[in-house]
Amino acid sequence: MSEDIKQKPPLDPHLKALENEAIFIFREVAAEFERPVLLYSVGKDSAVLLHLARKAFFPGKIPFPLLHIDTGWKFKEMIKFRDGIVKQYGLDLVAYTNPRAKTEEITPFTHGSAIYTDIMKTQALRQALDIGEYDAAFGGARRDEEPARAKERIYSFRTANHRWDPRNQRPELFNIYNGMIKRGESVRVFPLSNWTELDIWRYIKEENIPIVSLYFSKKRPVVERDGMLILAEDERLKLAPNEKVQYLDVRFRTLGCFPLSGAVRSKARTLDDIIAEIDSATISEREGRMIDKDQAASMEMKKREGYF
Amino acid sequence: MSGLTLTKELVATSEKNRKLSPLKFITCGSVDDGKSTLIGRLLWDSKAVKSDQAEKLYRDGRRNNSELNLPEFALLLDGLQAEREQGITIDVAYRYFSTDKRSFIVVDCPGHEQYTRNMATGATKADLAVLLVDARIGILEQTKRHTMIGSMMGIKQFILAVNKIDLIDYDRERFEHIAREFSEFALSLGITNISSIPISALKGENVVNKDYENMAWYEGNSLLETLELANVKSKQSVGLRMPVQRVCRPNESFRGYQGTLVGGAVKPGDSVIILPSEKTANILQIVTFDLVRNAAVAGDAVTLVLDRNIDIARGDIISSIEAKPMMGYHFDANVIVLSENALVPNKYYWLKSACRRQKVMVEPYSAVDFRTGLFHDVERLELNNIGKVKLHFDEIAIFDSYEENDDMGAFIIIDPENNHTVAGGMISSKSEEIRHIGADNNDEFVLLSMPKKVAEKLQNSEIYKLLEEEIKQIPLQGKISKS
Repeated sequence: MSEDIKQKPPLDPHLKALENEAIFIFREVAAEFERPVLLYSVGKDSAVLLHLARKAFFPGKIPFPLLHIDTGWKFKEMIKFRDGIVKQYGLDLVAYTNPRAKTEEITPFTHGSAIYTDIMKTQALRQALDIGEYDAAFGGARRDEEPARAKERIYSFRTANHRWDPRNQRPELFNIYNGMIKRGESVRVFPLSNWTELDIWRYIKEENIPIVSLYFSKKRPVVERDGMLILAEDERLKLAPNEKVQYLDVRFRTLGCFPLSGAVRSKARTLDDIIAEIDSATISEREGRMIDKDQAASMEMKKREGYF
Repeated sequence: MSGLTLTKELVATSEKNRKLSPLKFITCGSVDDGKSTLIGRLLWDSKAVKSDQAEKLYRDGRRNNSELNLPEFALLLDGLQAEREQGITIDVAYRYFSTDKRSFIVVDCPGHEQYTRNMATGATKADLAVLLVDARIGILEQTKRHTMIGSMMGIKQFILAVNKIDLIDYDRERFEHIAREFSEFALSLGITNISSIPISALKGENVVNKDYENMAWYEGNSLLETLELANVKSKQSVGLRMPVQRVCRPNESFRGYQGTLVGGAVKPGDSVIILPSEKTANILQIVTFDLVRNAAVAGDAVTLVLDRNIDIARGDIISSIEAKPMMGYHFDANVIVLSENALVPNKYYWLKSACRRQKVMVEPYSAVDFRTGLFHDVERLELNNIGKVKLHFDEIAIFDSYEENDDMGAFIIIDPENNHTVAGGMISSKSEEIRHIGADNNDEFVLLSMPKKVAEKLQNSEIYKLLEEEIKQIPLQGKISKS
């Protein structure tokens, strides 16, 4: 319910247009699909996605569950935050971890980021979607994130094997979405397609949306590895002899698995600081992400395989 | 001076002042016109390109614009592997940038005729089209085709960007010749909002900032200034329209209708009519997450509560009583075919429009020839064809003309066999079916597109009866609709 939101000034026309578009998409999918699910990654884009879903169905509850693909290697703070949000808003959340993690002891350290990501994220997502028999999965991906995403549709059609064929996408005209699929097929739906990173932050500020505090700068213990600053808080992180923990003012621009999400040096302690920082930033947000760098066109290949 | 040094003032500041609605525009042109360079230039100069992306560009680029120390902009845009390999833009790509005045969505459309469908897709919901031509070459058949498609998809504002003006020594006469040729063509299509701008995308002249050195003779705005000043369609002045997306019933006491206003405005106390049932009710409340509002306007996603219980379902239209949309079983429309499978007559398709999905039979009767701009008779429409059709519904359909309300006049056609989106379309008018008086079979033929009352009056007149006798003698040409 919205009692936590006091009378606030109206959104500017730009954010209002983005919000209206996302709400329309949420309602359209809820009306046309049998088993939608919201992929909730606990990050800032997910926070916005969740907020918009609550708005779309108010005064009703969100008429579908949230799905979190938990690799087991997320920042601890993320899991704590997730559980708090679920409780606060009375959400229906399903957390799923690929059982191979345990049986084969798959870790980002032992298997490398490419194989690890494939098994613990892509494969896990496919398994979870199959188990839940979900026919529509909302995701927080944005077209401005990465070139392979720039051509993504709002309704991204996936075969029964979850595959994405970029050369054979359904044309999307006007704001009329073709939600007709055969049994077993599904769509990934991206209500934030037209948002930029700055839009996300400005919206979080205007709407007072709670986010994980890892996004804000603080002195944190980090260790430098392969050019990335890795948070050294988890006991599973084993330091090499030449590595040492430093305490630096850092924050995270994107959150994922802690060994793969690099911190950036920053003094941005408030939303205003972050907005100012991004506005003048010269490095894109995915720079800190290992998985995009594996090879040229890395994201497109992962998407074809069924990654978000 | 190049735009790069002059654009400092444009560099984003923390306090973005975006009082204007975002502008969505398409860019069309062929590979050689420098389209990617132009968009790259806009993104680059407005700081939408981050340094790690730029580094990747420098790394992947085969031929950097080394002279200006700029990367190969095309790589920024052609995201998919196939495109990078072939060096062409196949699919529609969306890019975002903003200035202090406004934010923009750039829809980059492919140029080749075989990708007409992609261009049409990109043109939907666009406010403006930027057509790029090479100053050395001038207006091409392709330029005209893009103008026609854009115009048919409802775009009213066109900018002709005459690029590579530096390569013809900033020749004013040549530019004016090209601009005139384009204006004459566009005016013939009924387009009146036209700006022609001489630019050099590579050097950044007249793209973001006005060039005062080499083109002092040009008195208009730069491309970006023109975009900042462009209009966004507003639909607040037309009749109220809210297609019902879903019914919200969280408990026994609350029943709300959720949807987005696509026309007009509404406030509590207003009387509305529900279509197609034609029942009336008054608005009790406008509910949103933030607060109970005292008004909503076109574009707003809301939940409406009525003062009485009426059976309302998804796909119904909540409309103002005095300005209702058209209701009928037969409509005229323009379509663009998007699928390898042609759009054929005598087959049931799904038509989706404004949250309504219903069965439809499509009767194609003419297609446009892009070379001449004229329509010729056809019986089916193939991939990339733009043509005119009649739509025949079993159940009553509700539309406005696309011209009057693009949300209420737009539709897609879905093939029920494979669920592909076969075509996109725009309603032009309702067509009245007039019974063939005295005919002993049940054939109907469409004679007129006019209000029903006028049609009936005409039908009852003496002249009509005489004409009808004459018409019976003439073989009909592809306009018979078997029902």
